[in-house]
Amino acid sequence: MVKPTRVTNAIRRLRFDAGEMTQAELAERIGVTRQTLIAIEQGRYSPSLETAFRIARVFGVPLEQVFQYPG
Amino acid sequence: MSSPPEERSAWIMLVLAIVGYPVYLILLLTGATGAALPEADFAWPMIWTVAGSVAASVVLHALFRVYTDRDGNTRDERDRLIGRWADRAAYAFVVAGALAGLVLAMLRAEPFWIANAIFLGFFLSAALGSVAKIVAYRRGLPSRW
Repeated sequence: MVKPTRVTNAIRRLRFDAGEMTQAELAERIGVTRQTLIAIEQGRYSPSLETAFRIARVFGVPLEQVFQYPG
Repeated sequence: MSSPPEERSAWIMLVLAIVGYPVYLILLLTGATGAALPEADFAWPMIWTVAGSVAASVVLHALFRVYTDRDGNTRDERDRLIGRWADRAAYAFVVAGALAGLVLAMLRAEPFWIANAIFLGFFLSAALGSVAKIVAYRRGLPSRW
């Protein structure tokens, strides 16, 4: 099976740092279902650029602090 | 973790495709007792199978919505992307069925074989599309497709 994505993310840590924000709350704020947020967190789905920016905006950090791509 | 409504829908469609085609064959063969297959009445077994599948699909979706669906009918970007991926996988079998029908027509085959080639293509397309969707939900989409 081809690995879905090489993109990694720090969403779990960022949620923890943001007062243990729930997956449901973050999903609602960025406009996706909780299942999709879980898939993003686990690296099974690369979100669209718009959704990626919305996630970064929720945590008030630059995109690079949320998503990383190995060089 | 609950599965997305679209994944549950894919499971329903897969089960209906797996059950539906044997049901069609049973209806066809029980109606064709004694007659050669190309002379068998295939139209009504096809119509009953399709109508039964549609009715079963409506009932099963409604039951799932009532008893398990906490997310309503919300579809997001991932659902749409996986839907397109599955449609693309399923499309291959629709084309294969149509091509088989076309070749059989060129060879002046009986309408029975032409109709059945196309019908089988539809069922394989439904089954493969559902499998592609379930795999994409469970394991993720390949990064390039």
